[in-house]
Amino acid sequence: MALDVEKEIEAIKAQLEERPGAKKKLSMIVFSGDLDKHIASMIIATGAAAMGMEVVLFYTFWGTAALRDPAKKVGGKNLIEKMFGVMLPRGRDKTKLSNMHMAGMGTAMIKAIMKKKNVASLGEMFEIAAQLGVKIVICEMSMDLMGLKREEMIDYPNMSVGGVATFLAEAAESSVQLFL
Amino acid sequence: MSDYSVSKTLDYKGLKCPMPIVKISQEMPKLKVGDVVEVLTTDPGSLSDFPAWAKSSGNEVLETKQETGLIRIFVRRKK
Repeated sequence: MALDVEKEIEAIKAQLEERPGAKKKLSMIVFSGDLDKHIASMIIATGAAAMGMEVVLFYTFWGTAALRDPAKKVGGKNLIEKMFGVMLPRGRDKTKLSNMHMAGMGTAMIKAIMKKKNVASLGEMFEIAAQLGVKIVICEMSMDLMGLKREEMIDYPNMSVGGVATFLAEAAESSVQLFL
Repeated sequence: MSDYSVSKTLDYKGLKCPMPIVKISQEMPKLKVGDVVEVLTTDPGSLSDFPAWAKSSGNEVLETKQETGLIRIFVRRKK
């Protein structure tokens, strides 16, 4: 009898360790291209890393343009890709507020207020995220759809390109999953 | 009364969310287990953020003192 109980406990322990979402980890989809949501995603990501969580950010659709490096130019794009290139924000500093953008006035104002109140800028937060080991995965299909190339993306230490399975595998073992 | 001695005071005055917990998390590996640091902050969010951070990262907030325009938080490295 006693042996059976011990076996049972071992089996339950093994199951607990393997259960989905057991890892202290945050997986987040950054879908939106808005400045405000990028700020939120970076605050949550750096905060989570500070709390000792492993962090993976999956940039997809409108979110990917924030990873463009304005200093990098790549050739070999067709007409539609070039048009997308012009119309999408050239990097995180060109993203706009989702509300009260007011032809640029609102966005400029919020940036000025953030500076005045000593809130870290998006650029600074990317640097902190890199220091804390926050991983970035760029959605391959989004880049392809919008004609963005890997070579025009920012230099970031822990960045790779992946698809939906990459995100789902990360998300399945994460205790926190978010979509922004 | 407090039965610990502070090994270091960290000035995080003026820093906004999430910087106080980012900074303290980067400071922890520099401390010895058992060391206590005093954090000076002006961010009211730190009052709830430090205990939450400590719980998640396995450290300990020993004491929180609120003065006018300044918050002192005493943190012990536990592991």
